[in-house]
Amino acid sequence: MTTETALDEIDRRIVLATQSGLPLEPQPYRAVARQVGIPAEEVMARMLRMLESGAIRRIGVVPNHYALGYKANGMTVWDVPDERVDELGEKVGALDFVSHCYCRPRHLPDWNYNFFAMVHGHDRGEVGELVRRIAELIGDADRGHEILYSTRILKKTGLRIGKKTGLHIED
Amino acid sequence: MDELDRAIINELQGGFPVCDRPFAEVAAQLHTTEQEIISRIDQLLKRGILSRFGPMYHAERMGGSSSLAAMKIPASDFERVAEILNGIPEVAHNYARDHALSMWFVLATETQQEHAAALEIIERETGYPVYDMPKIEEYFIGLRFAV
Repeated sequence: MTTETALDEIDRRIVLATQSGLPLEPQPYRAVARQVGIPAEEVMARMLRMLESGAIRRIGVVPNHYALGYKANGMTVWDVPDERVDELGEKVGALDFVSHCYCRPRHLPDWNYNFFAMVHGHDRGEVGELVRRIAELIGDADRGHEILYSTRILKKTGLRIGKKTGLHIED
Repeated sequence: MDELDRAIINELQGGFPVCDRPFAEVAAQLHTTEQEIISRIDQLLKRGILSRFGPMYHAERMGGSSSLAAMKIPASDFERVAEILNGIPEVAHNYARDHALSMWFVLATETQQEHAAALEIIERETGYPVYDMPKIEEYFIGLRFAV
């Protein structure tokens, strides 16, 4: 689903100026404003607007979960009835050990999973235990599930959308 | 990490204020000084405990397209295909996973048209079909690690 929010040229310049993060100085928005060439008040107003529209998910810190000891990351995939996926998505997405939770298309006959939840634990044993808790929550709507562990990172770059807007996206 | 580091991480996973002196506002909540908050975040970034500090943008809401996609690649051909994906700028993340669908990547483009074009290039250059799985619905995204 694509919901576009009109961003103008100044918004795009703010995005570019903050793509590698906010400056670590007492008045960070003022520093961004200097770079963009507009008043700090306008930078703040525009960022608040982008937060409200969802163009900015949030402003804050992103912990490196490996560094925090969460070394087992299981992508759990589930086959649940289509008519129940939204209701289950809200429940599973609310669990604090789930970082990403989506409904995605099946590719029958090879891939019949329509519900994804990323689960983080200190080790695979813990992930397995957390997945059992999700299975209990889903109950009889669970028509089958698997845990796919990543075995190797083949490529990891910041997400770059085109040349004009460099974006960091939680995805 | 000490108590203040933990408090900063827990507090700022939930959000950072938009105001003239946001670090001072966080400092008041955590009973410390503006300069201390700034230097702690700086240190946590340098030590790799934080991977980012700033705004997180939402690709689709900005008109972009981002999708998860998978391919079934036999072990004998794995490195060749990984190398091809490495050279395609629209491929952001790529992970090997222990499944018949063995390669999982995120495709990020500025438009839907570029998305379709990138899929076509990948299928042509690798010789394998791509199982494209753009999200139909998003229920939650974010990291909330209590530390």
